[in-house]
Amino acid sequence: MDSLIGTLRLLAEEPSFAVAQALTGLAGASSLFLVSAGLTIVFGVTRVVNFAHGSFFMVGAYVAVSAITLVGFWPGMLVAALAVGALGVAVEVGILRRIYRAPELFQLLATFGLVLVIQDATLWLWGPEDRMGPRAPGLRGAVDVLGQPVPLYDLFLIAVGPLVLALLWLVFRRTRWGVLVRAATADREMTAALGVDQKRLFTGVFALGALLAGLGGALQVPREAANLHMDLNVIAEAFVVVVVGGMGSIVGAYLAAVLIGVVHAFGVLLFPKLTLVLVFLIMAAVLVVRPAGLLGEAPVPAGGGHGTGEPPLRPASPLLKLAGAALLVLLALLPLATEGYALVLMVDVLALALFAASLHFLMGVGGMISFGHAAYFGIGAYGAALAAKYLAAPMELALAFAPLAAAVAGLAFGWLCGRASGVYLAMLSLAFAQIAWSVAVQWLEVTGGDNGILGLWPSPWAAGPGAYYYLTLGLTTAGLLAIRWLAHTPFGQSLRAGRDSPRRAEALGMSVGARQWAAVAVAGAFAGLAGGLFAYAKGSVFPSFLAISRSVDGLVMVLLGGVQSLTGPIVGAIAYIGLADQLVRGVEYWRLVLGATIILLAVAFRGGLAGIAIRRAGAP
Amino acid sequence: MTLLAVDDVAKAFGAVAAVAGVSLSVAAGERVALIGPNGAGKTTCFNIINGQLRPDRGRVAFDGRDVTGWRPRALARRGVGRTFQISQTFPSLTVRENVQMAMAAHGGRGAAIGRPLRRLDPAGADAVLERVGLRADGDRGAGALAYGDAKRLELAMVLAQSPTLLLMDEPTAGMAADERHQLMDLVSRLAREEGIGLLFTEHDMDVVFGHADRIVVLDRGRVIAAGDPAAVRADETVRRVYLGLDDA
Ligand SMILES: Nc1ncnc2c1ncn2[C@@H]1O[C@H](COP(=O)(O)OP(=O)(O)OP(=O)(O)O)[C@@H](O)[C@H]1O
Ligand SMILES: [Mg+2]
Repeated sequence: MDSLIGTLRLLAEEPSFAVAQALTGLAGASSLFLVSAGLTIVFGVTRVVNFAHGSFFMVGAYVAVSAITLVGFWPGMLVAALAVGALGVAVEVGILRRIYRAPELFQLLATFGLVLVIQDATLWLWGPEDRMGPRAPGLRGAVDVLGQPVPLYDLFLIAVGPLVLALLWLVFRRTRWGVLVRAATADREMTAALGVDQKRLFTGVFALGALLAGLGGALQVPREAANLHMDLNVIAEAFVVVVVGGMGSIVGAYLAAVLIGVVHAFGVLLFPKLTLVLVFLIMAAVLVVRPAGLLGEAPVPAGGGHGTGEPPLRPASPLLKLAGAALLVLLALLPLATEGYALVLMVDVLALALFAASLHFLMGVGGMISFGHAAYFGIGAYGAALAAKYLAAPMELALAFAPLAAAVAGLAFGWLCGRASGVYLAMLSLAFAQIAWSVAVQWLEVTGGDNGILGLWPSPWAAGPGAYYYLTLGLTTAGLLAIRWLAHTPFGQSLRAGRDSPRRAEALGMSVGARQWAAVAVAGAFAGLAGGLFAYAKGSVFPSFLAISRSVDGLVMVLLGGVQSLTGPIVGAIAYIGLADQLVRGVEYWRLVLGATIILLAVAFRGGLAGIAIRRAGAP
Repeated sequence: MTLLAVDDVAKAFGAVAAVAGVSLSVAAGERVALIGPNGAGKTTCFNIINGQLRPDRGRVAFDGRDVTGWRPRALARRGVGRTFQISQTFPSLTVRENVQMAMAAHGGRGAAIGRPLRRLDPAGADAVLERVGLRADGDRGAGALAYGDAKRLELAMVLAQSPTLLLMDEPTAGMAADERHQLMDLVSRLAREEGIGLLFTEHDMDVVFGHADRIVVLDRGRVIAAGDPAAVRADETVRRVYLGLDDA
């Protein structure tokens, strides 16, 4: 608090200091703008939100570091941008082209898988160390602005933003290609009808977007060492920029990048630990006033009705009930057969199955895509840990607190993003999870930062591995049954109805928004319970509990099991942890294997394991 | 008794004046057809009346109350039922569950968690399905219905909420001629027996002249004629603009 007042006083007494800080913010905004512009152009034309766009940025930075040593600084920048553009072409032709007509979820997943693949490929090519690049020749020094030294390179970056904006404007207004792109953005079917070669157009647009991201990464090299966290950090911020600016609007992206960049620069001074939270709050404020972003147009609720949709939910067949009961009996008998590691592993499987089922409730039943579900898992875990540490709560109380904390977080997120849907929601959920994670890492005094919170002990009666196993089995089973029950009730069915046709639902007197809000809280609560169970199983909590990779775990389990089936997530969790996890994490480049699997699932096997089983059973 | 009174509503999309000052009324038990060529503004009128769109100017009164700008769900709770030009159902639910969902929402149990939706008065739902001839299809997924059947299901969902005003945007599109009259006979009977006010659009002139008590003709967002079927049939402007196709 004192430091905050001190900083405020400094800013007030020394306006030049504030100006210098604003310039730093503007310089940071340029790279962010390049990434966001690419993201927004690609979305405008292809309607695909490319999660791997931040990965293009990262690759741009790494390629630049290497290329500069070979061909010099400025040619190196160019090489990096072109190389990433070429990578974009390969990705578009190899993957995206196959999924333009697929449901949104699978498009998002495929690009998400790509994030993992590119991360490991980068690790393999450049190694785990950060790669420092050289300064820009000719722009090494600093100039005096109102008595404050401002790096020349920052001034150069500040100019790059408007320059690229102007160039893009020229391309889109003055070239035939640009006019076609704008036409395709406005009306895809129309351009198709005009006989435009859509394939080439899409490839070109994607390449341009990738090139911009690559250039953004390359330009960042003199300011920041290339590192393996760049991809997710920048994509989370780019999502915020694109949403604030308005999906598809390049000028909006520039304005938003400047806004976010400047907020960020001052945020670092004022609330160094909570800069991302500040950014998120700005976004929420903008969305409350302008739901479609600064310059965006409101998305038209599509949907409808006929020939689409999923198979109806049926009551569990006797066979399924029998299988479930048999599984439960087997699990109940497990401690008789084994004592040690198998039980510990099973506790993980159970907690994660509950986590996956809660995510499935949100996505498969509610139709709301979440790429940040680990936030609730982690908030549940931290909620329990903090209750135990600061309130000296016994395990029972702490475990009850876990779902409560996560549900409150879900309510908050649902309130902030209440008007968002579809891809907006997916992007915001990722940003939300990144923020929760950064709070866990940065707020040392409370969360212990990377060291986490240690020393969570179950109550004496549940302390043995067998006893804790039974506790987890009981709570998980209850949770899974409750989720299943909810899906079949009017509440769950109306979520599916609202997803199918929001207009129909509203015209029948149902509030789709209120239901979805409730669903976020409910799914959050079950994820939080899973997190609490997981925390006591480990005896500690760490920021990795809410890391993106945990969210990915959930997604893979849901996908592996099949989105359209309520048993899917359970099957998925068992398959993922029991088999894939053991196999995959044994391999050095497990992200690559995992990412490739996700891409394959999204491109070729959209029904998951349950889907394959259904297809088998249904085959004549 | 006037159930619905629309007074001089207008709505423009950019430069297109989709509806440019339309007034009309529907009395309880009365069947009013809103007709006009493609793009005349019929659906936009429906969207204004039903609260999907807020009019640029004008008033909508329902049941003696000014409901301009009310949301669709608030209107639904007051007794306005609506079917869409491109039928909107819930394809991921069974046919019966579609109706049960409507019933649950009507009874204030649309988000209940006490028991599965499929246990909610299935007999009542079947009775509604019976009326539109879909009783045998109750267990099928609604996504698998043929287009005409989906229209019937949508009507069943709306009827399950016992509306006092029924707005139907091209209720019989995609049906065979005898099916059209069957469906409209059903709706006409409801209007007569239960005093439901009906406002519908339709391109099939047989249906319009056979089932409307009054006709309002729209062209380019304006009412060019209104009156009983005989008067509208004789109207010069209408013959030229719309029915004129017959003269050619
Ligand atoms: N959301 C919208 N945005 C822009 N223009 C619209 C929109 N909705 C309708 N229009 C335009 O308003 C005019 C009236 O459309 P409307 O759908 O009301 O006509 P309609 O009489 O229902 O036609 P049809 O018989 O084809 O259903 C048309 O020119 C249409 O293109
Ligand atoms: Mg219409």
